[in-house]
Amino acid sequence: MDYGTLFIQQIINGLHLGSIYALIALGYTMVYGIVRLINFAHGEIIMVGAYTSYIMMNVFGVNIVVALIAAVIVCSIFGVTIEKIAYKPLRNAPKMWALITAIGVSFFLQSTVMVIFGVNAIPYPTLFSDLIQVGSLQISQIMIVSLALALALMLSLELFIKKTRLGKAMRASSEDAEAAALMGISVDKTISTAFMIGSALAAIGGVLFAVAYPQIKPLMGVMPGLKAFIAAVLGGIGVIPGAMLGGFILGLIESLTKGFVSAFWPNATLWADAILFSVLIIVLLLKPSGILGKNVREKV
Amino acid sequence: MEKKKFNPTITFIVAVLGSYIAFIVCMQQGIINNYISGIIVSILINVIMAVSLALVTGYLGELALGHAGFMAIGAYGAAITTMHLELPIYIEFPIGLMFGGMLAAIVGVIIGIPALRLRGDYLGIITLGFGEIIRIILNNMKITNGARGLSGIPSYSTFTITFFITAITIAILYKIINSRTGRAIVAIRDNEIATDCVGISTFYYKTLAFAIAAFFAGIAGGLYAHYHTVLVPSSFDFMQSIEILIIVVLGGMGNLFGTIIAAIVLCTMNEVLRSFSEYRMIAYSLVLIIMMICKAKNITFTSLKAKLTNKKGA
Repeated sequence: MDYGTLFIQQIINGLHLGSIYALIALGYTMVYGIVRLINFAHGEIIMVGAYTSYIMMNVFGVNIVVALIAAVIVCSIFGVTIEKIAYKPLRNAPKMWALITAIGVSFFLQSTVMVIFGVNAIPYPTLFSDLIQVGSLQISQIMIVSLALALALMLSLELFIKKTRLGKAMRASSEDAEAAALMGISVDKTISTAFMIGSALAAIGGVLFAVAYPQIKPLMGVMPGLKAFIAAVLGGIGVIPGAMLGGFILGLIESLTKGFVSAFWPNATLWADAILFSVLIIVLLLKPSGILGKNVREKV
Repeated sequence: MEKKKFNPTITFIVAVLGSYIAFIVCMQQGIINNYISGIIVSILINVIMAVSLALVTGYLGELALGHAGFMAIGAYGAAITTMHLELPIYIEFPIGLMFGGMLAAIVGVIIGIPALRLRGDYLGIITLGFGEIIRIILNNMKITNGARGLSGIPSYSTFTITFFITAITIAILYKIINSRTGRAIVAIRDNEIATDCVGISTFYYKTLAFAIAAFFAGIAGGLYAHYHTVLVPSSFDFMQSIEILIIVVLGGMGNLFGTIIAAIVLCTMNEVLRSFSEYRMIAYSLVLIIMMICKAKNITFTSLKAKLTNKKGA
């Protein structure tokens, strides 16, 4: 394969990976936008989604679409319940306390799944693995499915946020929760909605991730969660289009370093994560609010 | 009548020597066996880590998620020094520890200068990024033997050495916190803009706090390396930083004594829960969540007791 084709191939892979990161990053960004909490348990929601779909397919023998819907429902319930039990009591507490609770929830979900299913990776059924040849490019069906699904979801989320009453309420709460409450918006309800939508998107991201790398394990959510979080920060945390942009940028960087740069520099794969973090650091230093974030001037 | 004031220096020295003698007696009597004294050494290392992070997170009020990175630098710096110097322990071990600590402090300044322009969650994220980069670099360097790790490090971190280094660390940090520097650091936490306005260089004191914290984390790393005698980069990952942060937050922000207690309690709890094997992390995470909720709702043992007695009375 010549370098041109390799480059385009890795761009396609990057878009695939990026669409998954973007879906997960949306959850981080929506929650952060309203409650200013880095929801460390979000990565574990990905894992719960993947495990739910696995159980649905292997135990109940349903097809992937039903399994995906089940994962979405289970994760939405998880997301809202976690918010009600663990985060709501800490809403007015110092931010770092809520952060520790989020880490606690994340540990709890990981270790519970570990006790139930064991530490080892479980092979996930291979789906949509047929390759489509376009010239010398190889595109697997899952790439098209992931990208189409992710784009459709992002478009509908954007419409939801911009056009519906609840979406407007969410935007208002994220701009100024107190003022929004004074205008008669139920901030509690908007927070629950943010957690629900975020967890539902994470569930879809988790299932797509499990299909793309066909295995599931209790710690599978940690790295995608962390990277999606970086994506959210990169694009400007709290800004919804920013999360999508950040997700795609991250996916492209990762697959280009692992697949394209490694053709010239074999060690690139080992350094891929360091490159991701360096990009994050450089962007934050040049524009602390992220690529699409608004600069908020500090008031005295 | 005038109240008798305790001299903190004398109280501290008495407490340190007293507990040291108590430990030594217990060891000689066989009450504390080798296994437990090993655990005590690792608890002491965690205490150093926690009090050093307390300076940044508790007193300066900045979220730092990459503290394990500095520990890793100190650990590798010290280990490589003692492995290459062919000198007696009482010369090469202090040199190794100081080298590891200084190296961590230098990296702390290099990271701190750009990172400390950001604040709050963003600073947390950028330190997380630097911590991960440090780990990946250690994973790919020849001198650190990459992911396979370094082994054959001399076993120097005895109980006595670790105990006294911990005591000295606490004493130095206590002195710093109660000095002009410490007051400047706390002022930055309470109101950065006001601090800047009265002519205190916030940038200088932030970087200084960061460097001091990195230095002691490096020392802790050096002790860790010479206690375990084996080093792998993966033991200094993001989770390690998080565990130290948990100790600092639980101990109370800006409370050195609370941080020490929290470090001892959490590490002991970790060891006790070991008998639950696979349920250990479930129990640990639940305790964490419940503790934070209780803290936020101001539920303490005394308030619970008062509630119960009130109900009985009514």
